[in-house]
Amino acid sequence: MASQSLDITRRSATTTQPPDVRGAVPQVAKLIDISKCIGCKACQAACMEWNDYRDEIGTCNGTYNNPPDLDANQWTVMRFTEYEPEAGKLEWLIRKDGCMHCADPGCLTACPSPGAIVQYGNGIVDFHEEHCIGCGYCITGCPFNIPRLSKKEGKAYKCTLCSDRVAVGLEPACIKACPTGALVFGTKEDMTHHAEGRIADLKSRGHAQAALYDPQGVGGTHVMYVLPHGDKPEIYEGLPKDPGISAWVSVWKGVTKPILSLGLGVIALGGFIHYVTKGPNEADDEDAKEDEHEGR
Amino acid sequence: MRAADRISRYSAQERANHWMVALLFVLAAASGLALFHPAFFFLSNFFGGGTWDRILHPFLGVLMFLSFLGLMVRFWSHNHYTPADRQWLRRFRDVLNNHDEGLDTGKYNAGQKTLFWVMVITTFLLLLSGIIIWQPWFAPYFPIALLRVAVVAHSLSAWVLIAGIFVHVYAAIWVKGTVRAMTRGDVSRAWAKKHHPAWYREISK
Repeated sequence: MASQSLDITRRSATTTQPPDVRGAVPQVAKLIDISKCIGCKACQAACMEWNDYRDEIGTCNGTYNNPPDLDANQWTVMRFTEYEPEAGKLEWLIRKDGCMHCADPGCLTACPSPGAIVQYGNGIVDFHEEHCIGCGYCITGCPFNIPRLSKKEGKAYKCTLCSDRVAVGLEPACIKACPTGALVFGTKEDMTHHAEGRIADLKSRGHAQAALYDPQGVGGTHVMYVLPHGDKPEIYEGLPKDPGISAWVSVWKGVTKPILSLGLGVIALGGFIHYVTKGPNEADDEDAKEDEHEGR
Repeated sequence: MRAADRISRYSAQERANHWMVALLFVLAAASGLALFHPAFFFLSNFFGGGTWDRILHPFLGVLMFLSFLGLMVRFWSHNHYTPADRQWLRRFRDVLNNHDEGLDTGKYNAGQKTLFWVMVITTFLLLLSGIIIWQPWFAPYFPIALLRVAVVAHSLSAWVLIAGIFVHVYAAIWVKGTVRAMTRGDVSRAWAKKHHPAWYREISK
């Protein structure tokens, strides 16, 4: 949730065009270069600080994942994986997890509450919690398992890509805090270009499969990864290889919604037409006749 | 018509149970439709806004299920298909055209029986899928892939049930004398003879 914007491309549960008077706004993107990440969690701390949330202090689950998962009070987490590319070799994979800001957002598609989820012209997908009704449909819609319902007040939360900072020309808090340059932010075009340079560098240093993660199944994302093992995104704590909005969600929110709604109208109209053309089915007239016949 | 001439069709308990289900159906359907399509979102205003709609809907649904169990038990034995029902289905077009003469229908016709089973099946599906997607109590215990299937099953079952109830309500308006059966409990002899002759013979014995 962030400040008022006039650049809204999409608005949940809204069938008319949202305010979009400025038209073309540059598309933004965050690029996460996994090969540069040292897992210091400065981004986690910066996220907590800027967005001013504090999760309950939990318990260590025996890994470096701390806290172990995303939460209504934890919009980004480092996920650590010990990976053996071949016997005797160890790689420590660290992925900063959080909202991917899909160009085709499943959460927004699934949301039934008008204006609870918006997509800004710059590509950021934002939750407006004051309109959130707490149904959890966004969880159903998301291909990345990102939104979390608050146990305190039942509203859904996730990374805003610091839409409030970006709106006034600042970079997201996590970017500002990153000490290694693993996190960079800019227009999607610039970030894609920057990633190409990084991938060429990684390839020259033995990572032949290095690739940019910008999955087209969700129309591309506004958070992208440079993956040294670009052919196996799933080794990075289950990053989906080819994410997309589930067919179930598409059926539910695509054809079903308008066609079935129309169907109910057609049935009601059908009943009315039947009544005025065929008329009611009455028994009592015959009853009266019979009474007369029997001379009662 | 003299009251003595009328035939009792539904007891006071049956009527009370029916209207309990009907009331809860209207509330559950309205609060559910609000979450189904933005065109119906305004219905959430009747429940105190979107969040209250989301909170109340599952409880209304469970209450509807529980009161429907009462109706289901009361009417179960009357809703088994008989050879006469096949005849009714074959002459469905005649029935629609008010030419239902010569059909030997029992307490319920094939359409009513079909609706009964549609209600039984959809009500159970709605309960099952509804529990799976019930936030925040039960949904967190199920995998997201299952939530997706459940939410589609819930919407489709709800649609079938709502469409069925539309037909049910219209049939009551169309076939005169039917509404009184469920509001005051009795029907005329002519009504029974015309629409449910086999039932009429049975109770006249």
